[in-house]
Amino acid sequence: MHDTHDTHGDCGCDGDEAEPSAATGEGAVADGGTAAAPDSDAATDGGTATETGGDFEPVDVFEGSEMDLRPGADSCYKCTSCDTSCPVAEVDDSFPGPKFQGPEQWRLKRKEDTEVDDSITGCSNCMRCDSACPSDVPLSQMHNTARGEYVDNQMDKLSREYLRNRILANYGTLAGIGSKVPRLTNAIMGNSLVQKVNEKLLGITAERDFPEFADQTFRSWWKQRGGPKVESEDKRIAYFHGDYANYNTVEVAKALVRVYEAFGYEILVPDQRCSGTPMFANGMLDDARRSAAVNVENLGDAVEQGYDVVASCTSCSMALRQEYPELFDFEGTERVAANTYDALEYLLINENVIDPIRAVDGDQLDLPDFAYHAPCHSRNQGLDRQAVELFRHLDGVNVEDVGDSCSGISGTYGWKEEKYDYSMEIGEEMFEHMEHAEGETGMTECPTCSMQMEHGTGYEIDHPLQVLEAALVDTDVEI
Amino acid sequence: MAIEADVVVVGGGLAGATAALSAARDGAHVHLISANESTLRQASGLIDALGYPNPDGDDADDAGTDAAPGPLADPFAGIDDLPADHPYRIVGADALRAGLALFDDAVGDLYRGGHTDRNALVATTSGRAKPTARYPRSMAPGLVSDDRATLLVGFEAATDFDAPLAADRLAAVGVPFDVDGVTVEFPGEYRADAAVTRLAHALERDEDAGEGRTSRQRLADRVRPHLGDAERVGFPAMLGDSQVEAVRADLSERLGAEVFEIPTGPPSLPGIRLADRLFDALDEAGVSMTTGTPVVDHETDGDGDIVRVYIDRNGAEIPYRADAYVLATGGLVGKGVDSDRDGPVEAVFGCHVPAPDDRMAWSEEGAFADHAFARFGVEPDDRLRPVGSDGSPEFGNLFAAGGVVGGADVAREKSASGVSLATGLVAGRSAAEEG
Repeated sequence: MHDTHDTHGDCGCDGDEAEPSAATGEGAVADGGTAAAPDSDAATDGGTATETGGDFEPVDVFEGSEMDLRPGADSCYKCTSCDTSCPVAEVDDSFPGPKFQGPEQWRLKRKEDTEVDDSITGCSNCMRCDSACPSDVPLSQMHNTARGEYVDNQMDKLSREYLRNRILANYGTLAGIGSKVPRLTNAIMGNSLVQKVNEKLLGITAERDFPEFADQTFRSWWKQRGGPKVESEDKRIAYFHGDYANYNTVEVAKALVRVYEAFGYEILVPDQRCSGTPMFANGMLDDARRSAAVNVENLGDAVEQGYDVVASCTSCSMALRQEYPELFDFEGTERVAANTYDALEYLLINENVIDPIRAVDGDQLDLPDFAYHAPCHSRNQGLDRQAVELFRHLDGVNVEDVGDSCSGISGTYGWKEEKYDYSMEIGEEMFEHMEHAEGETGMTECPTCSMQMEHGTGYEIDHPLQVLEAALVDTDVEI
Repeated sequence: MAIEADVVVVGGGLAGATAALSAARDGAHVHLISANESTLRQASGLIDALGYPNPDGDDADDAGTDAAPGPLADPFAGIDDLPADHPYRIVGADALRAGLALFDDAVGDLYRGGHTDRNALVATTSGRAKPTARYPRSMAPGLVSDDRATLLVGFEAATDFDAPLAADRLAAVGVPFDVDGVTVEFPGEYRADAAVTRLAHALERDEDAGEGRTSRQRLADRVRPHLGDAERVGFPAMLGDSQVEAVRADLSERLGAEVFEIPTGPPSLPGIRLADRLFDALDEAGVSMTTGTPVVDHETDGDGDIVRVYIDRNGAEIPYRADAYVLATGGLVGKGVDSDRDGPVEAVFGCHVPAPDDRMAWSEEGAFADHAFARFGVEPDDRLRPVGSDGSPEFGNLFAAGGVVGGADVAREKSASGVSLATGLVAGRSAAEEG
């Protein structure tokens, strides 16, 4: 759809400048924007040295090089819809907004003497700009690329900020260790002195309570249980639980298993690593690539065997479906993306969920009314309405949408000492709407939105799968 | 399996929203699919029905009509002067009336103008008086027909409104009131190019703006010395988001003059407020909605009816099934109509779009001339089904509404919203009958 540029005359780059470098095999620099090409299989994250040596032809600069985001930048007609939808720009005066971070910066940084602007670290990676854009500019892809470059080339790897971001981005590694002794870890991390030290030493806010580890991880429960209880030739899903449902909200993962088995699905739980979302958000693209490689390989194998991939966290499904194909080109990336679904979405497409829900007498269930918040990463996938629309059919349980504001935490963003206040200011609208809502229990698909909802209102927060479990599994309704 | 509904509406702008509401009120379960966030968010928030039925009336000998070029006092009075293939001529004046009534009902007290058939004249940021059928309540005190002395206030940070220039222009077209314009600095410490939403947010929350005063207090302080005899004060439409009436009331009281908003280009807070209100109305009507996902494919049965459409969700194709479908994807600008070397074509279902064979005849000289391309769109039958080059419906159960319907030059006529309302109403109704 987008034109590739076959001459320097219309590509907009400076032909005089590009040609000498092309002769020395550095054409990819003028093109991709970075000198470093850490991995030869990198797509947009590091610049791909597609052409080296004397065979290089300038006319190929823009052909078949996936990391060229110029056509996307050219689609931007500066309508500022993205800035209007950016929750950070609405509260942070130092943040110039997605239009600058994306298409404008992409153009600026193509010149070798221009470095990525450090304001890129202000972006919370909510990705709302993507769906706001009427012109399909790949904004978040540009942001991810710029952030990765900034971290690779400009950030001091010994700085407190880098260390802190690396720790936050690699939550799963820490969680893996901490969850071995969950009670001890919970006691230590819940200690206010430890929290103060974290803030002083690392810049991790002391305002937040560290998420508690479950007594038993989901994977350990799954193993102990003996794996799947349902076998099926044609209804099979591979569950991508991610780190959080494995270590912290294990009850969400268990709800998924019970609901899907009730609908007759055989469940596979492949080996997996973090989806990479917190890594993208912190520009740790090398870490993200390592995780993604494992996930694409294992999920790809599952798809090969007829499993569809299902995630219970909307940031995980977003990463597998959008960010992987945008940033990496492992074999099978596109195939995994095309066969990945959100847990509720998949059921709504493939099963009759509505009739059983209708048949349930909600008044007989021990369920509260809910204040539902759609995470940005569900909104970006067009999944923001599915929970409220489904539970409209559940009599006696009121599920109210608390509006379209961002919760403000955006994964690791709200954990940073210097972002905490912004995070709470962004979330203010959601807190107010939650308090105005009839229900005094929250509902959302995203574990960090859930943290923020709880933090701002004191409400308990459930996942739609838990409500589905209560309505369809814990009752004798016919499915 | 698929996601099931009686009617699927493709498109989330004013036409799509109207079609969905119209079908839902006729009892259909509707699913609305929008490729991006609603384009209403970029719209001015004004609801134009018809301002200039014959924009070249003075010099267009070949138009074959002697209709006044406008601006029209009564939009309905201009419908008979439109060409026979204009969407208003196809659906009729009653459809426009019913579409406006549906709109009035959906938006409630957010809008004014529903008490009369007549157009109002609203001052724009460029200092023109625009004929429009419905306007946000926040703009009501600013109508050009009102003779109270007026001060227009622009902000240095909001560069698309030059208040002194707009005031001069309004004075030059002979408005019946004294008008002056002034540019002030927005109170508080914000970056020079702060997002409009950032400033609106500051006013809505009445943030601390330094010197121990809030943003509204300091704004009033800055405007007061320029007031003169002005009894009303117009600001660009950024006086808060959902609490605009509270912001306006507060500023009015502080200034001792009635404060109003002037519609701006995108990003448009009145457009965002309208989108939010309409989507609430859709929710209340039980309409299901999916936003941010384009329709990329469809299947037909042996009779030529559409059986399913598929949306693209980040690579995965998701099927939606309905008895009838409404196409409300917009025109060339909205990307509902695409064009290549072979000619224009409707972008989602590939419906026929009539156009002159000679590409040179697609446009005329001059930016706002009578361009053929401006009227590009599908050709509808009397139930608003797009027809092929042979004149028969492309699909038995596809109905079109809004900018994707050809025959209107909405930018020149000032009829975009009215066309969306009238055709949206009829397309939604026809689709519900089918479902």
